[in-house]
Amino acid sequence: MKLTGAEIFVESLKREGVKTVFGLPGGVVLKIFDVLYGDKDLDFVLVRHEQAAIHMAEAYARATGKVGVALVTSGPGATNTVTGLVNANLDSCPIVVFTGQVLTSLIGNDAFQEADIVGITRSCTKHNFLVKHVNELAQTIKEAFYIAGSGRPGPVLVDIPKDVSMAMAEFTYPDKVYIRGYNPTYEGNKWQIKQAAEAIIKAERPVLYVGGGVINSDGSEELQALAELLNIPVTMTLMGLGAFPGTHPLSLGMLGMHGSHATNLAVHNCDLLIAVGSRFDDRVTGKISEFVPQAKIIHVDVDPTSIRKNIHVDIPIVGDARSVLRDILAQATAMVGGKRREGKTPWLTQIAAWESERPLTYKADAKIIKPQFVIDMIYRRTRGEAIITSDVGQHQMWTAQFYKFAKPRTWLNSGGLGTMGYGFPAALGAQRAFPDRLVVCVTGDGSFQMNLQELATAMAYDLPVKVAIINNGYHGMVRQWQQLFYEGHYSASRLECGPDYVKLAEAYGAVGLRATEPHEVDDVLGEAFAVRKPVLMDFQVDPYENCYPMVPAGGAIHQMMYEDPQPEAGGRPSTPKDTQKESISLA
Amino acid sequence: MERIISLLVENKFGVLARVAGLFSARGFNIESLSVGPAVDPSMSLITIVTQGDERILEQITKQLNKLIDVIKVVDLTENDYVERETALVKIHTRAEDRAEAFRIIEIFRAKIVDSTPTTYTVEITGDAQKVEAFINQLRPLGLKELVRSGQIAIARDDAKAAGEHKRRPAVVEAK
Repeated sequence: MKLTGAEIFVESLKREGVKTVFGLPGGVVLKIFDVLYGDKDLDFVLVRHEQAAIHMAEAYARATGKVGVALVTSGPGATNTVTGLVNANLDSCPIVVFTGQVLTSLIGNDAFQEADIVGITRSCTKHNFLVKHVNELAQTIKEAFYIAGSGRPGPVLVDIPKDVSMAMAEFTYPDKVYIRGYNPTYEGNKWQIKQAAEAIIKAERPVLYVGGGVINSDGSEELQALAELLNIPVTMTLMGLGAFPGTHPLSLGMLGMHGSHATNLAVHNCDLLIAVGSRFDDRVTGKISEFVPQAKIIHVDVDPTSIRKNIHVDIPIVGDARSVLRDILAQATAMVGGKRREGKTPWLTQIAAWESERPLTYKADAKIIKPQFVIDMIYRRTRGEAIITSDVGQHQMWTAQFYKFAKPRTWLNSGGLGTMGYGFPAALGAQRAFPDRLVVCVTGDGSFQMNLQELATAMAYDLPVKVAIINNGYHGMVRQWQQLFYEGHYSASRLECGPDYVKLAEAYGAVGLRATEPHEVDDVLGEAFAVRKPVLMDFQVDPYENCYPMVPAGGAIHQMMYEDPQPEAGGRPSTPKDTQKESISLA
Repeated sequence: MERIISLLVENKFGVLARVAGLFSARGFNIESLSVGPAVDPSMSLITIVTQGDERILEQITKQLNKLIDVIKVVDLTENDYVERETALVKIHTRAEDRAEAFRIIEIFRAKIVDSTPTTYTVEITGDAQKVEAFINQLRPLGLKELVRSGQIAIARDDAKAAGEHKRRPAVVEAK
């Protein structure tokens, strides 16, 4: 049967099991949108800016474990996807982005709305394709989905010229792909796994340091079984939160630049670091030459380039996190005769002592809302079960610190790239995947304003996300660094003239709520969670609250700052009280 | 440390850009690069000469392997290999320099491939040191233009393994 390229495109997506496509139309993809018109099986979500479509597709993928899909037009439509692609690439998220392209005869002629998107995105996708002939379309789509979802997942871009979507071809969807240059390793080397199991059993002060790879491979059960078998404390990277239950006695929460005192000390003093699906990012390791000075390192990663990129590793294992954890667990279980190690080892006792020395906490206030208090209240109301998205900055770190995630795939945030503007569209993408679950976006006033146009999308598709704006009138993390490291020169970090978020919500037909005092916070949350509509919550918080503990950039992770340094004579200026008053009255 | 990396890649548009882009994006060095079709015309062979310590080399080979269009990566410097480079050199030929030019060309077994009343164009092929030495010898005579192909290289069969090869004695007997 002969079909047009556009029909082949839509049929191929269905064969891949795609249910939802995020995007925005334009000239060269009209043929495809014409096929989508009236199609009952594919659910198309029209966004207001293409960047948001990519974040939605990414969050959809992250929350469901399936490949996320977006479709946009050529030129500006395509270039608007770039931030989302880089974001998905750094956070290893499987998405396939389809861009329209001008007629093949016009490519290279600087035609209207032409951009060399394959050239532009070569370095920020896992792979990309330009489909030059309609005969290659189905095969290319098959390969794109396979590459995006296998190995270390990542974004794949497929550029489809207008004439390819118009031309006719025989349609057969391939059931198999073979790419001779691509063959990811899933099973870990048996000998290395044995070495790893022996080292783990012998270790006196082991720490499991797990990242997004455990979530991508659905390896949480295996992780928990291994940790419990040998009583190993588990710390998670920003991307790994949710891989291990946050309330579990063996959970150490997040490590690194804003990790807690006990966590960073545990990592610094361990004698064996078991890294699984994590990549020794600089925000985790701090000064690399002083990272885990006494430890042997086991590193499990599906991507061979992650291993020994930043740090020397004693036992490298290339493989899928879940598969390798399962094998190590089996090996270790056999070695200890199936007997669970229980009780407090001296190591766990030591960590508990660090924990009580400086617990992760904040000073609540009766008059002014502390940002951590808002997150704490969200946690208390949802018990770690909601899907939480966040943007980038202080609120993100506070959420990572104070929200104890119970399950994987419930924490969606921009880790590697640190994309402000990610959180709100991500919440919409996750809500589209799970219409009946509670999805909360914790964001800042700076981040939210980078993609607030998607309020229209939320309304149009009845996506009842709850947006908690931690409104401090600043780019808070920038302000914090300026206070601590740039002598209080608050250069361009003050966000003046922010909108009235209650009115903004109402302008779109959504619900707007505001809390200016601590006692209002819980009521606002209660009201927001009860209504089945998108809600914007404006939490006007202490603008000068800083995020601690903090490892100064380039410092070793056991050397943390725990509070604002006391002003010294002639030293750093203290908090400017006059502007504080002004910003609280911000409405 | 100088390394010669041989890459078998898909013969598709954009592959060279992916390889070159990887080097520039990750701050790796390219000393020279040459590309041509492989035995199987659906593949191309890229020879890259690069520099770096062991850790960087490990990253370079791993990152290259990660590219979907790269089929095989071989660090030729790990074993025996044969390498060649061709250079075309255009030199000024003043009457008083001609004898010297001929002498150098003779010593290096280079070849004059074009001449005008004032210039000679000389072709030289050899390993990198030979080409380098030749160019240095000619330099005092005045180089007008210089074009180098970049190194290409091929692995030698392991001498020991080849020695144990079963067919070897038969060949010797036939002689």
